[in-house]
Amino acid sequence: MYPAPFDYYRADSIDHALELLGAHDDAKVLAGGHSLLPMMKLRLAQPETLIDIGRIDALRGVRFEGDTVTVGALTTHHELASSDVLRGKSPLLAAAAAQIADPAVRNFGTLGGNIAHADPASDLPAVLVALDARISIRGTSSERTVDAGDFFVGLLETAVEEGELLLSVELPTTGTGVAYAKSEQQASGYAVCGAAAVLDGERTNLAFNGVAATPVDARDAAKVFADGGDEAAVNAAIRAALDGHDLLDDLFASGDFRGHLATVYGRRALAAARAAG
Amino acid sequence: MGHRIRVEVNGAMHDDEVEPRTLLVHYLRETLGLTGTNVGCETSLCGSCTVLMDGRAVRACTQLAVQADGCSVTTIEGMADGAALHPLQEAFREHHGLQCGYCTPGMIMAAAGLLADDPDPDEVKIRSALKGNICRCTGYHNIVKAVQAAADAS
Amino acid sequence: MGALGQSVRRVEDHALITGRGLYTDDLVRPGVLHAVVVRSPFAHATIASIDLDAARDVPGVVAIYTADDLCDADKGVPTAWLLPELKTPAHPLLARDRVRYVGDGVAVVVATDRYIARDAAEQVFVDYEPLDAVVDPKGATAEGAPQVHDDAPGNLAFDWQLGDEDKVRSAFASATHRAEITLRNNRLIPHAIEPRAALAEFDPSTEELTIWMTTQNPHVHRLLMTLASIGLPEHKVRIVAPEVGGGFGSKIHHYPDEAIAAWCSMKLGKPVKWVATRSETNQTDAHGRDHVSHAEIALDADGKIVGLRCTTWAGMGSYLSTFAPAVPTYLYGTLLSGQYDIPAIHVRTYGTFTHTTPVDAYRGAGRPEATFVVERLLDLAGKVTGLGPVEVRRRNFVPPDAFPYATQVALEYDSGNYEGALQKALEIAGHDELRAEQARRRENGEGKLLGIGFSCFIEACGLAPSQVAGALGAQAGLWESAKVRVHPSGTVTVFSGSSGHGQGHKTTFAQVVADRLGIDVGQVDVIQGDTEKVPFGMGTYGSRSAAVGGSALATAVDKVIAKGRRIAAHMLEANEDDIVFEDGSFHVEGVPAKSKAWGDVVLAAYLAHDLPDAVEPGLEETAFYDPANFTYPFGTHIAVVEIDRDTGEVEVARYISVDDVGNVINPMIVEGQVHGGIAQGIGQALWEQAVYDDQGQLLTSTMLDYALPRAHRLPSFETDRTVTPCPHNPLGVKGVGEAGTIASPAAVTNAVLDALEPFGIDHLDMPLTPEKVWRAMNR
Repeated sequence: MYPAPFDYYRADSIDHALELLGAHDDAKVLAGGHSLLPMMKLRLAQPETLIDIGRIDALRGVRFEGDTVTVGALTTHHELASSDVLRGKSPLLAAAAAQIADPAVRNFGTLGGNIAHADPASDLPAVLVALDARISIRGTSSERTVDAGDFFVGLLETAVEEGELLLSVELPTTGTGVAYAKSEQQASGYAVCGAAAVLDGERTNLAFNGVAATPVDARDAAKVFADGGDEAAVNAAIRAALDGHDLLDDLFASGDFRGHLATVYGRRALAAARAAG
Repeated sequence: MGHRIRVEVNGAMHDDEVEPRTLLVHYLRETLGLTGTNVGCETSLCGSCTVLMDGRAVRACTQLAVQADGCSVTTIEGMADGAALHPLQEAFREHHGLQCGYCTPGMIMAAAGLLADDPDPDEVKIRSALKGNICRCTGYHNIVKAVQAAADAS
Repeated sequence: MGALGQSVRRVEDHALITGRGLYTDDLVRPGVLHAVVVRSPFAHATIASIDLDAARDVPGVVAIYTADDLCDADKGVPTAWLLPELKTPAHPLLARDRVRYVGDGVAVVVATDRYIARDAAEQVFVDYEPLDAVVDPKGATAEGAPQVHDDAPGNLAFDWQLGDEDKVRSAFASATHRAEITLRNNRLIPHAIEPRAALAEFDPSTEELTIWMTTQNPHVHRLLMTLASIGLPEHKVRIVAPEVGGGFGSKIHHYPDEAIAAWCSMKLGKPVKWVATRSETNQTDAHGRDHVSHAEIALDADGKIVGLRCTTWAGMGSYLSTFAPAVPTYLYGTLLSGQYDIPAIHVRTYGTFTHTTPVDAYRGAGRPEATFVVERLLDLAGKVTGLGPVEVRRRNFVPPDAFPYATQVALEYDSGNYEGALQKALEIAGHDELRAEQARRRENGEGKLLGIGFSCFIEACGLAPSQVAGALGAQAGLWESAKVRVHPSGTVTVFSGSSGHGQGHKTTFAQVVADRLGIDVGQVDVIQGDTEKVPFGMGTYGSRSAAVGGSALATAVDKVIAKGRRIAAHMLEANEDDIVFEDGSFHVEGVPAKSKAWGDVVLAAYLAHDLPDAVEPGLEETAFYDPANFTYPFGTHIAVVEIDRDTGEVEVARYISVDDVGNVINPMIVEGQVHGGIAQGIGQALWEQAVYDDQGQLLTSTMLDYALPRAHRLPSFETDRTVTPCPHNPLGVKGVGEAGTIASPAAVTNAVLDALEPFGIDHLDMPLTPEKVWRAMNR
């Protein structure tokens, strides 16, 4: 309940944040803190330095330019869920954000904090994969963009390297044919299995979080579904996508059961996306 | 190393030096003596510490006091207007929405956050909005009734 | 109209809804220090050494103590309910050579600030040599299992029996139908939402110690603390229960931590506060349930039960907690007759030690476990006889004219109308329509699976009487105290030995007093939870406060009225026997005009200018009420569940309860108690479980992994009542605090198994998680 001591710096700008990150070893970036602080309270994380980026306005907000929606890393889940731009142009992220935890968490937890923590049971990774989102990351000397599919490297591990800062997420505009369906872990509300589907004519995608250490891309299953494949065919395609992943296994669901849930929630998300399109 | 923060709490400005690791809930409880906000877990899952920050419900146990610098916080102590209780407070009493009372401040603040967004929620929405607040006494039945009644009253 | 039976709004609430209510951690004393207990990360290990040097160097650390320091006072933590041939291994305040569960205390750090105390606790380096652990209550008795205590061979704390084994054997031999079940009653963590806490302040000048703490029974805690743990005389210790944020049993028990905080305060001459974190409470609050049982039922050709037998391995955890031995014996075995007329019953319980957190009374304490066994067996009996769940129960109810009814397991039920509650519940549920809907869904294979489950439960409440409790091993009486102080102006302060922590006693007890005295509820204040203010009392648990504490209060009020009658008779120059007290005034029987108002009589008592001979001035009376029997609330609960065929997710669609708790003081509060109890029992049935791995690690030490009932997973409840007054206490009340928790696990489990009937499933253990249910549908 009581975090270990640390040095605290508040960054005024992105450059300032990068400068601070460069100057301190074992520094962690603090956004909303809803992933980091619980770990620190249990003393499972004891960073020596926290760099608070919470006041950098440039990292906040949802913008629509050209054919892309850009979402700043500091945008809260509530802001995602209630963004008119997002709901109009790329509604899947808004729909999934509305299902994260509870209102108080959604009011303070941020998109960037969520995905940078890369909790496999979080709701957003699959959404970003299903949307073919691109994630902007800046270091002191360069800025780069990473496909969502390459961003989640492993359990609690992302493509953001030491000294780098996650800036924003770029989403394509989509139609309304999107859906996120999840099975809630009964204690924490995280996803035991979350399925994100996009069927808007442009994209035919399906991805899962909660079932493996990193999101599972199952777009072939979405294509089978879109092509009129029956339940068995869609299930088989989902199973094929899960092959090669070690399925998570915990108190709430065995790997076997997670695999089964993926077939159920995958089909449900696809059906809901088709119905919404 | 202390950091100065300026926070408006229940309408009063406070200017204090805090240790970076001090959680907002401990700042409220121990520095300001506002002990109505309670601590029930350590994993952001019980909601006992819920307060309003700039009008929205947040967990006071899952942010640092330094993060609240420049913000406006409302705790349960700031809900009543003098002797006049807030409609939610009235409704919790009238509908027996509390027993031991420990979760109650957080529950009322979470409900206040809900009603600010949605003044006329149905039972499903109320239950969903309170999913992050554990009450071990009431089975939620009368809490839901109380929130409905408060919504109807205002 | 009198104050009884009215839904008076609670006087407790204003402080609690405005944030003014003060719980233990809200209290501040000048110069307070903060204690953190260093706990074992191993379930079973020997302690080779403890290195305190680094911790001592942390700025702000005031003191660090280990078992070696506490030994001058360390008499340990006693067990207060003894069974014949019970093994009670020593339970020291801090472990000395060996730790026996994850969370066992090994040292205490005292510092100027709680953050610093935690920092220093991380710097206490204990050299453990880990040993194998045992966590399963039945497995603990296996040959070669790791031993928890050297002086409890085979990990057996006790082997207890009740009933007539031979009679049961012959009943089974001649029976037409038999059914059996092997089940596990899942281990639970109470989760009072306020974690345990204590603030101890020792005054070296007067040698008086005050402890504000999270307690359901301050006097019992003081007695155990002083007799056994800290070596101060009882009259020098004051224990106060400030606002207490729920208990559910977990704040009955005497734990090491509060005594350690007290000892530190005595040692340092300064106030010391200890507040548990949630993971600490999950590791150290006494857990509940943890039974492995094998039970059988036998019936004749008419579906009449002829015998029931049950063998249970009850996990006690690593040490015998305060009332632990009573729970799976006298609060469990004695309830195995349920609502039924059963001519032969035998029960045997093995209490076993495991390398886990101690297990003790948790809301319902033994009675939910008994109800679960009986009500699961009745469902199976309905199947094997073909009578179905409703008819088989009906045929076996103890009939309304059979009370008082002596069971084969030592209890005498006071009053009941079991058929009445069942009938009412069936009507509210619309049982026939539900069955029709269930049949439709089964036939067309569409929609969610629908299940309807029954729990016709009985409980023994108002823990009492003392003579019986003594005969059963309790090291205390189980009466209750009350003092009624009438002030010269006629208003009243009452002092109760009950100790509420959310139940609304300040309201309901005021109603009892106001009703009897014919005054307004607002003219009565209720004081409880302070050993300096109230007479020795037993506290609040076991649904006893209205039945025992309320009756003590009624008795004390009656003494006040009796004295008032003597004074009024003198004032009215009438014979005392002719004085009637009615509607707040004393008058001569048959001559209402010849009367004295309550206030006039009270004032006369205090003026004392003209009192009858041998009547002392003042008006204040105390009663110690020892009931004649337990009370026996009962009822029928019906759960209606829906199961997702694809995922196994269970939803409680409706929950109907008809409770009979005798007379009702405050219907609003009674309903609230039922709601909360139902939710906790649904939690046990569907979500909650304390899980240990093979090495004794608690895998559910935070709310991330221990699933509690939440608002969005519960329906609103449909509650109703029948009223069968208790015949043996002055209020006719029975008790309601535990009813919901006792009834609902069986109702929900029976409903799920009813839904799964087409799959040929006889039993599933709680919690009925999606995976478990899905596997059952797909095996």
